[in-house]
This record gives sequence, structure tokens and C-alpha cells, in this order.
Amino acid sequence: MKRNWNAWLWAGFGLTLVAAFSYMFLFIWFPITRDVPWVTLLLFIAAGWLLAVGLKRAYGQPERYRGKVSGVVLSVLSLAIIGLFCYGTLVLTKDIPASADAPRAGQHAPEFTLPDAGGKPVALSELLKTHKGALLIFYRGYW
Amino acid sequence: MAISVDSNEESRKLSASQGYTFPFLSDAKAEVIRQYGVLHAHAGENGRDIARPAEFLVDATGTIRWVNLTDDVRVRARPENALRVIDELTLASAR
Repeated sequence: MKRNWNAWLWAGFGLTLVAAFSYMFLFIWFPITRDVPWVTLLLFIAAGWLLAVGLKRAYGQPERYRGKVSGVVLSVLSLAIIGLFCYGTLVLTKDIPASADAPRAGQHAPEFTLPDAGGKPVALSELLKTHKGALLIFYRGYW
Repeated sequence: MAISVDSNEESRKLSASQGYTFPFLSDAKAEVIRQYGVLHAHAGENGRDIARPAEFLVDATGTIRWVNLTDDVRVRARPENALRVIDELTLASAR
């Protein structure tokens, strides 16, 4: 008897790819799905479940389902992708200096003058003469 | 105001694409970034020094009223966070 194609395994691997790429290209744009990547993690869990069912079929009913080898390969690849994602979000993006020397609330803001995007110099003290305050946003930039 | 090591041209592109109307200041040598203690050494392209994400709220007297130093570059102060802090400080000073 011809053994059935084990679609669960491929669906699980596909969903792993979808989860990883949807974070990079979609969910990263929304703070609610970026800061804690809960959508991505749920998708990974669903992918893991699909792979587990697929493996169970491949090894439990080998006479009916294929996938003993492809199941292991796809599962290892999926785990590697999930591992990379976790490494990126739990380790790499937290790798920033503590900035213990940064001025604290209550201290005087260091004075500075920098050119704006039009090249015009902007001095903090001058700006505060005409504004109620200033929010300084330091960001990594696009280089 | 937004501050980074980006060039004026890069900042113009960014604010035009996002429709931002607040000033973007270019600190190409990361001098002010160092002054504020928020340097992330060698973290940019080709090991260039850049700023770590950080927000400082300064009042009209030049006093810092609020500081936000994230521990994850993916997690920044959201506009509504900053606006809430500004509202609270305004209310507190009006009392």
C-alpha cells in the first residue's frame, strides 16, 4: 500500500517560517506585538504541535504515513529557527550598555548645540526660552 | 527632539517618510550622546559608535524631569507613555 504524504510535518515547518518572517516584516512595526512577541510565540507553539502530530504519525503508524526522515529534518530545522528567534529577542536586543553615567531626573540637562536636519544649529537653552520643555529622544539611527 | 549619529540627509529622509514635524538633530561625532552617557560603543555599522535608545524629558528650567533607559532595543518609550508623564508633571506643577 502506498503510504500517505505526512502533511502535518510540512505544515509545522511552514508555520515556523511564517511565524519568524511575519515578526520580521509585520509584527515588528506594532509595539503590542513587538515588545512581547506573543503572536509569534503562539505561532511557534502551534507549529510545534503540528510537527509533534506529524512525528507521532510517522513513527507510530509507519505503514500509513511517510516522514521518518523528513520529520526529523524538518523538526530540527524548525527548532533551529525558533532557537535563533529566541536568541535574537532574549539576548541580542538586550545587549546594550547600562548607561549608569546618564543624568538622572532632578539633575540639570547638559547644554548642547547640534545642527537640525536643515543644518541650522539648535541650542537646548535657546529652545527652552520659547518652549515649556523638551523631550530628548536618543535613537540608534539608520547610519 | 530626536538625536542620533545620522547625517542631516538621513534624518530628512526619515522624517519625510514618517511625516514627523519635530526636529532631528545630527550628532555625527556622538559628542552629545557621550555627554548624556548613552553611548553604545561600536554597535553601529563597521563598529561605529552610536546612541543606545534613551529618552529624557527636560522642563523649561533645564531640569531633567523624567528619564527612560530601556534594557531592550526593541522596547522603546511609546508616545503615549511620554505624553502621560508630561501630563502628570504639568498637573503636579499646576497644583
